[in-house]
Amino acid sequence: MLDVADIDVGNTAWMLIATALVLFMTPGLAFFYGGMVRSKNVLGMLMQNFFAMGLMAIIWVLVAFSLAFGNFGDGGFLGNFDFAFMRDIGATTGDPAFALTIPFVLFCAYQMTFAVITPALITGATADRMKFKAYAVFIALWLILVYAPVAHWVFGGGWLTKLGALDFAGGAVVHINAGAAALAVIIVLGRRRGWPKEGMHPHNLPFTLLGTGILWFGWFGFNAGSALAANGIAATALMNTFLAASAGMLGWMLFERIKDGKATTLGAASGAVAGLVAITPCAGFVGGMSPIVIGFLAGVLCVAAVQLKYKLGYDDSLDVVGVHLVGGLVGALLLGFFADASINELVTHEGVFLGGGATLLWYQFVASIATFAFSFVVSFILATIIDKVIGLRVTEEEEIEGLDLSQHAESAYSFGSFGSMDRV
Amino acid sequence: MKLVTAIIKPHKLDDVKDALKEAGITGMTVEEVKGFGRQGGKTEIYRGAEYIVDLLPKVRVEAVVPDGRADEVAEVIVAAARTGKIGDGKVWITSVDRIIRIRTGELGDDAV
Repeated sequence: MLDVADIDVGNTAWMLIATALVLFMTPGLAFFYGGMVRSKNVLGMLMQNFFAMGLMAIIWVLVAFSLAFGNFGDGGFLGNFDFAFMRDIGATTGDPAFALTIPFVLFCAYQMTFAVITPALITGATADRMKFKAYAVFIALWLILVYAPVAHWVFGGGWLTKLGALDFAGGAVVHINAGAAALAVIIVLGRRRGWPKEGMHPHNLPFTLLGTGILWFGWFGFNAGSALAANGIAATALMNTFLAASAGMLGWMLFERIKDGKATTLGAASGAVAGLVAITPCAGFVGGMSPIVIGFLAGVLCVAAVQLKYKLGYDDSLDVVGVHLVGGLVGALLLGFFADASINELVTHEGVFLGGGATLLWYQFVASIATFAFSFVVSFILATIIDKVIGLRVTEEEEIEGLDLSQHAESAYSFGSFGSMDRV
Repeated sequence: MKLVTAIIKPHKLDDVKDALKEAGITGMTVEEVKGFGRQGGKTEIYRGAEYIVDLLPKVRVEAVVPDGRADEVAEVIVAAARTGKIGDGKVWITSVDRIIRIRTGELGDDAV
């Protein structure tokens, strides 16, 4: 058993901060989405995201961390119950198999922030029409049945790692996973009343922009923190993250300008996020100018992907599928082109453009399809069962009235001088 | 008494207000409304989807005036609110049966 002398002070200091940075992303996401919905639903959206910070954290330490990180490195499909109820999760570096230089409990806390935000991503697709109770039950089960297994496949040294696929900070575990789940749930949930003819515009884009800034800031913890150390790879990941966000924004805005005549603030915000999503799997494995290419392509492909919902008829309210699923796929596959062994020695098969052939690209493809298929199928089944038992969707009256009043008996804004004429 | 009601473009409110004050009108009520006339709104694109915006922002100005001044007040509003471009709005005149000043209880012309 290793003792506290193996703890690296610099790495630990950085990871303490990185944990806080990633946690901050969930309130950031809450406002990113919150600003995009209609005012009668803003509290409903904020509540779903903040609630994830509550419930997901508890379930994580109870059992989900263990299901993700037990059986570490087994090349398999699922962890075990070795770490359930925080057993053996202490202030030392823990089991040598993890090769940590930070306290194991900090590693658990850092991973917990990922477990919180991943289910919260789904809220963007289901906006304005999901029952709060059903949402709570769904994410509680989803964390255990979908997130934990996929996390094990990648972060827990499971079969995707053994296969040779690369995912630095969770392009598959977080984005393809949540995007696939979002698509499954909205198929069961159905479209918003009035979609797509009725205009349902963002009620507070300043919130959305503020949320974007918080996400961009926190993403440094998400990507650079995935190095689990304060070192050159973390620094490279930070630079890659920064550039991909910038390029993503420009890509989306350029597409809008050419197609619609005007670039929008919502487009700029969405483009930055698309770039950030795409760089997530690549962050510690690529370098040079490649993040600019990756981010820019993500910006362009995601803004195009967003149109798909009108062609195929699914109501992905805030473009979770268009940005997270598609962005995650773009990033995962582009890693197959740009992976660079001189950046990170963990790259055993370099990308196509670095002379490594299509081997890594193939592994990335397999990993992406497997993650998508598993998440989509299990999420679909879960959503269907919950829908049959307690109902996923609010009633028509509740949807018209708005989630704030119908689900929480609250009203977000009382700007008028009529005082108590509004509830709460 | 007559009620003069005008639907005007929001940016012309200041001009209309100033013109009415200059004409000696001592009171008015103003509210933000939405509406359309023969123009029927316009088509916009947002997030890649086309949709029709047929309810455009306007301002409604209302003033209760003595019978003899109704036509004059309407003309003042028309002159102040006109831009010559589509969507300028309309003015109409209706009758008021009774009017009471809340503070003093005065009736009729004394209440205007």
